[in-house]
Amino acid sequence: MTDLDALPTAARAEHCLDILVTSVASDSHTWNLIYLQLLLQEQGHRVRNLGSCVPAAMLLTECLRQQPDLVVISSVNGHGHLDGMAAVRTLREQPRLAAMLVVIGGQLGIAGPGGQRRRHELTAAGFDAVFEGAAGLPAFRRYLSGLRIEQGHRARAGS
Amino acid sequence: MTGQPRAGSFGRFVNDAHRAGELVVQPRMGMADPARMRAGLAATRAAAATTVGTITLDSYTRVADWPAAAAALRHGSALNGYPIVTHDRATTRAVLAGIADDATFPVQVRHGSARPEAIVEALVAAGLSATEGGPVSYCLPYGRVPLHEAVDSWKRSCAILAAVADTGVEPHLETFGGCLMGQLCPPGMLVAVAILEGLFFVQHGLRSVSLSYAQQANHRQDVEAVHALRRLAGELLPGVDTHVVVYAYMGVYPRTVLGAERLLVRAARLAAGTGAARLIVKTAAEAHRIPTVAENVSALELAAATARATGPEADADSGSEVYDEARALVEAVLELDADLGRALLKAFRGGYLDVPFCLHPDNAGRSRSRLAPDGRLSWSRVGSMPLPPPRAHPEPRELNAAELLRCLSHVERSCDDAALEESLAIR
Repeated sequence: MTDLDALPTAARAEHCLDILVTSVASDSHTWNLIYLQLLLQEQGHRVRNLGSCVPAAMLLTECLRQQPDLVVISSVNGHGHLDGMAAVRTLREQPRLAAMLVVIGGQLGIAGPGGQRRRHELTAAGFDAVFEGAAGLPAFRRYLSGLRIEQGHRARAGS
Repeated sequence: MTGQPRAGSFGRFVNDAHRAGELVVQPRMGMADPARMRAGLAATRAAAATTVGTITLDSYTRVADWPAAAAALRHGSALNGYPIVTHDRATTRAVLAGIADDATFPVQVRHGSARPEAIVEALVAAGLSATEGGPVSYCLPYGRVPLHEAVDSWKRSCAILAAVADTGVEPHLETFGGCLMGQLCPPGMLVAVAILEGLFFVQHGLRSVSLSYAQQANHRQDVEAVHALRRLAGELLPGVDTHVVVYAYMGVYPRTVLGAERLLVRAARLAAGTGAARLIVKTAAEAHRIPTVAENVSALELAAATARATGPEADADSGSEVYDEARALVEAVLELDADLGRALLKAFRGGYLDVPFCLHPDNAGRSRSRLAPDGRLSWSRVGSMPLPPPRAHPEPRELNAAELLRCLSHVERSCDDAALEESLAIR
């Protein structure tokens, strides 16, 4: 892996998440992954970035090893909905990863955002949330701040 | 520059044009359908410019997914390039017949593959002898093929291509090292990787190579970079037939027609003004879709006309920072091993070469770059790279996410804004 995650970042949030950022098997783009990594680190989360062209089996191995709170799959090459469904099904077959959140976003089809129907397909396959197209990023940020509050409550409840 | 390949080679054609004062211009172009590919080559040849042809391959061929390429051809699905391994050699020979000609219109295959043996075999079987890439530049930016596998594969591929010389035609190989991630890489590293891959090709039997440099965000820095590349080629590749090829900007492209043309004009001035011999163009459609043949021909003709009207652009007076950085990186890598392939592997393992923002598992990932308001690229962190201390210290702070987006779109915005201002001023 790279050392990018060891970068100095803003002060850690009190209840930061362990987040795995990754692409799908067929997608070689990486600027989207680098952007997400910086964004998440700035919000105080701990980020591991698996990079591009990550096969489902490799993603599973890394999830079992690292036990992240959240997996963020980002894809922009138009095959994200197919590769993403294969990946999330593989993850959801593992009982040990039942509590792990898995979300997907980017340009997931070759002909633009796929609307409610694709969102349903992806959530039915096991994604906790789908962030497609230009509106995806602000929605993802709102989702994250919601998670942080939830995570904070959970931490306090457990202590 | 030096060395005379035998008649009938890509390198010879480009150098003859260079001596005659003509910049050779070339499109990025690939269609799955043989008839459309042939028409594209014919239109390139007929353009009002000194041109060479391009056959760009599709993504399935790039990653050696032959079943997917074959299925796409059978079902008539869209492919984003010409599947040279899947089409039989007779088909490809028919695409080229009467158009491709080593002496008057050489054709190069462009692909993007980290493991290109089958591609090189297919292009040689079709009677072609020029292609491009490299063990680092077609591995680290794309996917996760281990670097040692790419090095081994490129050694074998060089041998296949070099053997063409036995037929009396001098094969030609261009490094993609001057591009890497396309943007936000300080030019010293682009120049160094281009030189190192050129040396790798020569070590594996090639005698005619071209060295690339992709236009970045500051014209003066680009001028220094091409001068540095030419100077290092003269110093480190003596007796080899070499020329420099400039790529019009490979990052996020301007969205307006005028902004895109402005950027292409700057690329043509860069190439012609610095003694580069060849330019690969981008079209006004770049930001939106795969360009048409007509859009490609317009770009070729605009670039050629601009080049003819361009005078020389001088290097920095006191030697440039780009040259110093590139020289330091190249020397450090050459000291690691006499075998270039092993030297490159050791260099990445030890972080002597460390491509900023590259997530490949074999890249150290400890370096970071910055883009100044005037578009100049510099290092904010050099990791373990043996680089001389920067002449002007940039702010030590790293890019944040919002700044990264602004840097990635700097060229697009500056060209589109300038084009808009210009069109308003005319009215």
